[in-house]
Amino acid sequence: MKFGAMKPQRRNRLLLVLGLLAGVGLALTFVLKALNSNINLFYTPVQVIDGEVPIGARVRAGGMVEAGSIRRSEGSLEVAFTVSDLAGAAFEIRYIGILPDLFREGQGVVATGALSQDGVFFAEEILAKHDEKYMPPEVAMALDATKLEALQP
Amino acid sequence: MIVELGHFCVVIACLLACLQVVLPSIGLKQNNAQLMASASSLAYGVFVFTLLGFLALIHAFVTDDFSVEYVANHSNTRLPLQFKVSALWSAHEGSFLLWTLVMSIWTMMVARFSAPLTTDMRARVLICLAALGVGFYLFLLLTSNPFERALPFYPAEGADLNPLLQDFGLIVHPPLLYMGYVGLSVPFAFAIASLWGNTLDVSWARWSRPWTNLAWAFLTMGITLGSWWAYYELGWGGWWFWDAVENASFVPWLIATALIHSLAATEKRGVFKSWTVLLAIFGFSFSLLGAFLVRSGVLTSVHAFAVDPERGAAILMFLVPVIGGSLLLYSARAWDLRSRVTFKRSGRESFILGNNVLLTVSAAVVLLGTLYPLGFEALTGGDKISIGPPYFNAVFVPLMLALMALMILSHRSRWWATARSLLTASQGVFSAIALVAAVGLSLVMGPIKFWILGVAWLAAMILLNLGYELYRRVRRKSNRISRLLTQPLAVYAMVLGHAGIAVTALGIVTTVMLSEEADLYMAPGDRAQVGAYEVRFYGTNSVQGPNYVADQGRVEVSRAGELITTLFPEKRRYLASQSIMTEADIHVRSLGDIYVALGEPLENGAWAVRVHIKPLVRFIWFGGVLIALGGVISIFDRRYRVPRARASRKTSLAPRLEPANG
Repeated sequence: MKFGAMKPQRRNRLLLVLGLLAGVGLALTFVLKALNSNINLFYTPVQVIDGEVPIGARVRAGGMVEAGSIRRSEGSLEVAFTVSDLAGAAFEIRYIGILPDLFREGQGVVATGALSQDGVFFAEEILAKHDEKYMPPEVAMALDATKLEALQP
Repeated sequence: MIVELGHFCVVIACLLACLQVVLPSIGLKQNNAQLMASASSLAYGVFVFTLLGFLALIHAFVTDDFSVEYVANHSNTRLPLQFKVSALWSAHEGSFLLWTLVMSIWTMMVARFSAPLTTDMRARVLICLAALGVGFYLFLLLTSNPFERALPFYPAEGADLNPLLQDFGLIVHPPLLYMGYVGLSVPFAFAIASLWGNTLDVSWARWSRPWTNLAWAFLTMGITLGSWWAYYELGWGGWWFWDAVENASFVPWLIATALIHSLAATEKRGVFKSWTVLLAIFGFSFSLLGAFLVRSGVLTSVHAFAVDPERGAAILMFLVPVIGGSLLLYSARAWDLRSRVTFKRSGRESFILGNNVLLTVSAAVVLLGTLYPLGFEALTGGDKISIGPPYFNAVFVPLMLALMALMILSHRSRWWATARSLLTASQGVFSAIALVAAVGLSLVMGPIKFWILGVAWLAAMILLNLGYELYRRVRRKSNRISRLLTQPLAVYAMVLGHAGIAVTALGIVTTVMLSEEADLYMAPGDRAQVGAYEVRFYGTNSVQGPNYVADQGRVEVSRAGELITTLFPEKRRYLASQSIMTEADIHVRSLGDIYVALGEPLENGAWAVRVHIKPLVRFIWFGGVLIALGGVISIFDRRYRVPRARASRKTSLAPRLEPANG
């Protein structure tokens, strides 16, 4: 049937459906675009030192805070510490601000921020576990991965 | 002994719930009214035995019975009494017991207030509720038993409640939230029962409405309290994080909000019937999905809820047949639901349609952002990602702005069609007044920002149009004031709910745009400037609480040389668990909060100090309270109290109007 020959009611309905489809398509494009530009990938210490992390991109990385590695600068809130996977891979995180209550040596942390050219991770946000028993799944993964790698020569 | 009795009571409650499914089902088959009616009495029995089990566990907490593993893990002799009680729902097992108790309360309330329903319908609704209950009891007893003993070697002292949870928030937030989550099972059960009995008429919508409104009001209150609690307790000064667990409660809220509106259209005009049923199914399904996400640990969250993949699998096993079965039943029956009722583009039905589209799309995008990391991990074989708040803000904010714009006009709308003159009357004047109000507010709050102007204008337009609607209702009456006071409660409920949205939106935009946040290095005697305020730190003292010791800081906040307040934020160390917790101190003023928290101690008595200036942040929760209040008031409307003996006949009288051309 030709478009012009349709009953007005049918034509209206067709236009409505087409309009809805276009609207949904447009909305979906926007949503997916917003989604894609806000994905923060997680990297393990091994991936960080192997150079898998794109320099300057907003990513997340984490592991265990190494004992004795926390250094503060005097007169400011700047802090630097080393995060490792307990199997040799480690990298430095720098952060300016207040650390979470459960941040301490030997605890798992996840940092959001960007890796600089010289391999230092500048964090905008540090998440520590918030409960004595809880381990962030990312940290658990970071550790498991190394154990797996340690098993395979 | 009491604990074993409690456990036994919950087993009995489970068996009674099974009976509550089986007996009335036989009754339905044999058309035996007595068996069908047994569902109501059994509902009371289920409630009583669940309550007994609940009380037994409370007894174990209050008497420090550390031979019970759950008590030993979450309580301590030095814990103040009110927290010993609320520690019951501080973790997975106990909170699920609370969940079943809440389920039994709703089921009992339905049994109590559903006498005017037909015997068939009543039995079907109660069977549906009982069937869900059986699932919850089995889950509780088989995977998450809070009554388990740790014999023979049990600790002499409990491990203590997580300090973050030793707060008023824990006492009220979970019970209210669960009343909301589980309450959505009632409209769900009404929808399933109607599909099942093929009695999906207008009286079904009328019956569902007060229940849906009440559950939704609880959910609103639960979410609002949760946001307020996070704000003052976590020490970050944030009030919403787009965290997976928050989203898990927010998605059902969005769907339930759509549902209460579409139920109104279905009841009043008979339109959107099958859509409304679908929303009722999805509302509860998403609250189950939320429970799954929260408790299975599949998503990274700031909430550490007992993370146990096995339990997640068990919930999934429950989730799939409930949602799948409902949708199957829906697809089998929905064809009969097509309504022949029409409406014009300008009718209130159109506005409700717009509301529903915007709300369900919002729910979908929030859900997408929440589940995307799971899908990504599955597709890429284990790559962990997170979706940042910018995504949620980018997709959610425009939708809410559109919703507010729609809300302005909706207050003028009438069912079926609205005269153009009615929609546009005085809008020009109102726009001007709203603009003046928006500019005025911006000037009071500080530098003029486009977003504040825009949202304040929308909010003012909503309030003005609400006022106009009230005025229109009494305009032609001689005794306007008394008329205004005797409007149906449903009208006040709508006014409160929508005004609440305006207030919350105003709070959100102002807080987001104008907050001043500073993390400072402060030695005793140091001064710093934060926004318009001068902050002076005087060092810390040691203080002692009932079960903690703390460093208490002294911070003076002044503006233009005038002292406004002295705040005493604390860094506490809880003795039993040795865990550290930040206790912020907040100065509340009408135009905003001054929020001070201690970070960590640095060298020579210096501290990291967090200072936030949060303009209008209280509006966010005040609006939430207004919205919830609206929901509660609506159920006391006269219409729901009149006997509905003739309600079932209403279907045949449903208005049939001529088809619309548009």
